[in-house]
Amino acid sequence: MIGEKVISAEKLTKRFGDFTAVDHITFDVVKGEIFGFLGANGAGKTTAMRMLCGLSLPTSGSAMVAGFDVYRQNELIKKNIGYMSQKFSLYEDLTIRENIRFYAGIYGLTDDKIKEKSNLLINRLNLAGQEKSLVRSLPLGWRQKLAFLIAIVHDPAIVFLDEPTGGVDPITRREFWELIYDASSKGITVFVTTHYMDEAEYCHRVSIMVDGRIDALDSPANLMKEYASSSMDGVFLQLARKALRMSD
Amino acid sequence: MSQFYIFVKKECLHIWRDRRTLFILVWMPIVQIILYGFALTNEVKNSRIAILDQSKDDATTAISNEIAASRYFNLVKNLHSYRDIDATFKQGLIRMAIVFPRNFQYDLLHSNRAQVQIIADASDPNTANTLTNYATAIINDYQLSLNNNEQLPYTIKTQLRMLYNPELKGAYNFVPGVMALVLMLVCAMMTSMAIVKEKEMGTMEVILVSPLRPFWIIIAKTIPYLLVSVLNIACILLLSVFVLGVPITGNLGLLIWESVLFTVTSLSIGILISNGAKTQQAAMFTSMMSLFLPTLLFSGFLFPVENMPVALQVISNVVPAKWYYIIVKSVMIKGLGFFAVWKETLILVGMTLILLFISISKFKIRLA
Repeated sequence: MIGEKVISAEKLTKRFGDFTAVDHITFDVVKGEIFGFLGANGAGKTTAMRMLCGLSLPTSGSAMVAGFDVYRQNELIKKNIGYMSQKFSLYEDLTIRENIRFYAGIYGLTDDKIKEKSNLLINRLNLAGQEKSLVRSLPLGWRQKLAFLIAIVHDPAIVFLDEPTGGVDPITRREFWELIYDASSKGITVFVTTHYMDEAEYCHRVSIMVDGRIDALDSPANLMKEYASSSMDGVFLQLARKALRMSD
Repeated sequence: MSQFYIFVKKECLHIWRDRRTLFILVWMPIVQIILYGFALTNEVKNSRIAILDQSKDDATTAISNEIAASRYFNLVKNLHSYRDIDATFKQGLIRMAIVFPRNFQYDLLHSNRAQVQIIADASDPNTANTLTNYATAIINDYQLSLNNNEQLPYTIKTQLRMLYNPELKGAYNFVPGVMALVLMLVCAMMTSMAIVKEKEMGTMEVILVSPLRPFWIIIAKTIPYLLVSVLNIACILLLSVFVLGVPITGNLGLLIWESVLFTVTSLSIGILISNGAKTQQAAMFTSMMSLFLPTLLFSGFLFPVENMPVALQVISNVVPAKWYYIIVKSVMIKGLGFFAVWKETLILVGMTLILLFISISKFKIRLA
């Protein structure tokens, strides 16, 4: 793939004492790409992602995110990325509009911009008329879609999604991925971890982490060819079985 | 700084939406002040007593009348025999009995020596002491009135003056104590729970990825509780002045600033607790155990610290509420100025800085 690199990691490593959570991983992600970051529980996905988000300092290696260095410029990185965690990350006791206003506000959007974005977002999700109801009253699927759109409300260069579709029904997951494609087509790079292998097939490229290393990195089609499997499920199982580390 | 303002606004919305907690936050101090001020009083008033008068002469009648008329005593029973005394105590009808022997006045006037027995229920030692003192004082007064016409060669007269609290009202003691207790609970417990709630919900992670700096996140989370505390201080002071009749003799401005200082101390304790706690319940429990009890025991508001064993006295020094309690008493009740409380103020400032430093640096470590 040819394009502007927005994430490039070079031998990125994180150790906690004797334990090497992330072991010399090297990869690039280009602008507008949907990059799937797969791995069994405990393979080191979350730790790697935290380093890229500026939440955790690497032990060694280097990484640039949105053009900024993860060691020295993590405050600048934070301004240029969006993040949605595996836990549901909106405030249940605030209304839809208040949630949008809050998250847009802490990224420094102006009042006019916030208003414009809020209306756009509410229309996009067909939530007009409901914007004053508490998020608590929304079904889980809607909340996840709302959380995604809020994570990109400030038009970040990259959005990091940590198992965004956990516990969501297949139809809503489909709709969720439509939102992801939409964001990607607007040039937002999507870095996503998931447990659902059908979702992995939606990605442009996927990496599979085993015991802190990246053991495979290619487009889903190439990986399936290489591992002679008809689905990503088969590819993942072949790789994950090699894991020595206990999953948690 | 509009990001900061947006955060504070969001925090206020949380408090506003959670009406039940808001209700508790506002009503707790009011209820406590009224409870402590009226119900939990250690003043002795209208204690039920009985008199066994075996003499029934002018002297015993005069003394009995004096005692019955006093606001400390309420004469509920005239006894007829010694056996009645024990029975009446056992029934729990009275707290004290006074016994005049036969020929009381005769002895008094002719042999110059008369005896009167005072029997008190000492299962509550403080009250028993107070009651016997009051009774003795009334009897002594009567004796003095007998000697009115005579000039005794040597007499010592004691003159009592109760400084700062001439009516010996319990509220003078409780109001500063309740202020310490309420501010400690509201600030420390509520902030620690509010911060831990974001961790539990997973929203903390999202905020930490945002450009907002952790230091400002913490400050923004505490500001609404600072405002609630100021409201609480105002409520308590208004109640104490207009309902309990405890005046603010010192400088109101100084009192408020000292209270704000103590509030900040409590907030930093709350932040510290939130660093360690993983769930809201854990935060609440830690606050209760590490704050409520020490504040109650060691602030000096229920039990005088000077009477405790030395080890406990030393421990009491690390309880911020103790210093705040001393400050409020000095400023509010005694009417002293800043020069009387600068040491205590300095101690509180020191504690606050140390607590803030530890809790904020720990908060940052957790992110790395």
